[in-house]
Amino acid sequence: MSKLSRRKLITTGLTVAAGATGVAVAAKVAQRYGLIPPDAGGFYGPGETLTYAAQRLLTRHSLAREFAPSQISQPPFANAVDPPLGEDFRRYQSASFTEWRLSVDGMVARPASLSLAEVKSFPVRSQITHLACEEGWSYIAEWTGVPLSHILELAGTLPQARYVVYRSIQSDWWESIDMADALHPQTLIAHGMNGGELPVGFGGPLRLRLPRQLGYKSVKYITRLTVTDTLKPFGKGLGSVSPETGYAWYAGI
Amino acid sequence: MADSVWVPTSASVAPAAPANTRHAAVVRVTHWLTTLAFLGLLVSGAEILISHPRFYWGEAGNVLTPPLFKIPIPSSRATVPTGYGYVLPDQNGWSRYLHFQAAWLAVLTGSVYFVFGFVTGHFWRNLFPGRADLSWRALSTVIAKRLSFRSAGAGESGSYNVLQQLTYLFVIFVLFPLVIWTGLAMSPAIASVFPASVSVLGGQQSARTIHFFVSVALLLFLLVHVAMVCIAGFRNRMRAMITGRASNMGLK
Repeated sequence: MSKLSRRKLITTGLTVAAGATGVAVAAKVAQRYGLIPPDAGGFYGPGETLTYAAQRLLTRHSLAREFAPSQISQPPFANAVDPPLGEDFRRYQSASFTEWRLSVDGMVARPASLSLAEVKSFPVRSQITHLACEEGWSYIAEWTGVPLSHILELAGTLPQARYVVYRSIQSDWWESIDMADALHPQTLIAHGMNGGELPVGFGGPLRLRLPRQLGYKSVKYITRLTVTDTLKPFGKGLGSVSPETGYAWYAGI
Repeated sequence: MADSVWVPTSASVAPAAPANTRHAAVVRVTHWLTTLAFLGLLVSGAEILISHPRFYWGEAGNVLTPPLFKIPIPSSRATVPTGYGYVLPDQNGWSRYLHFQAAWLAVLTGSVYFVFGFVTGHFWRNLFPGRADLSWRALSTVIAKRLSFRSAGAGESGSYNVLQQLTYLFVIFVLFPLVIWTGLAMSPAIASVFPASVSVLGGQQSARTIHFFVSVALLLFLLVHVAMVCIAGFRNRMRAMITGRASNMGLK
């Protein structure tokens, strides 16, 4: 019996050691291939890391489903923005957004400040996709805009770039995505919806549309894009405002 | 610990085995890890539901769409017309973190259990009913016995009856896979890789609705399961699932 326990003790010890080594190696590999989300600390870190790593490996090139025009939701639902839009937004709005600018900075060869007219002059892509909210509701709409990859190409993203931080005119709304999502063909700086201008309620004049993630990553009223190799200096260093308010940075699920 | 698995074989050496092994160590550990995961999923799932207690069929649905049905509870979002004059606090942040972490625990634990069940023959030996048990006569006998609420006799406590077997098989091979599938079908990223996994369900909102019904079925299973454990003898059954040993059948 004691022989058996000794053998079991050794086997258990070896299994635990192998397991711990496996986890450590996996963590190294995950870090190397950018599979650790910025909000990986804390109690829910393991689940977040598993979700992000698994989905990033699976979905690097997959395309969000696109629908037929007959499937467009009539009417779509414009979730109210909170807090309400301020004085400066209304000033832009009364001037038909002619003064609206989208700046591109950070790790780019040619930082830029683009007018709305310039953004609209770029080649557009239209796609009928689903917008799903983390709450459970959704709608289908046709979104028209310039692929984010086009703007990043114009600005000349440096090779060490890993994330794009995007900000709204609402100062407490900012998000970030990794380069796989930033360069994805369906990631748009949208300025049109269902054949017309993008209405203010839906994020006009400019909204980032990221159909492979939930609605809260598709930030409305975009004013600034910052290319970076680390998310540490932004806010509390968790990647975006979402983890700071208790929500996951990665919202592919 | 794990050597308790092998006690039944040694029972043939000592016929009057003082304690018989009821559950293998892998079954016991995965059972309690699944319990933990299930409770996490249940609490967080209920919180997420409160943010939009309306259900739809098809691809898309929102407050401007006629719902398939509504749950008559207040919501944690002011945008949802519930008829209640107040809005509950938003709990979705931690609920979503917990839901997916618990889902990973359930899936990983379930994978271990599946491999164990097939490799060791646990499914064949303990869960698949024998042909004789599946006759209508045998089934009706067992059902009548259950309905009379007689507690399990000594002879039964070492194995599952056919109703238990069918229930466990349904939960393990139908409800759990279905709840995982419909959960994943709600993920826009997963839908981009496996679009057919969403369309065969009827759309993303259909997946959400099915996910809700399967969760309700799993909750009902949990309630009946716990009730049966209480009827069959709570202490004995808990001991069996914790230590692996059922009490001595001869001695009280």
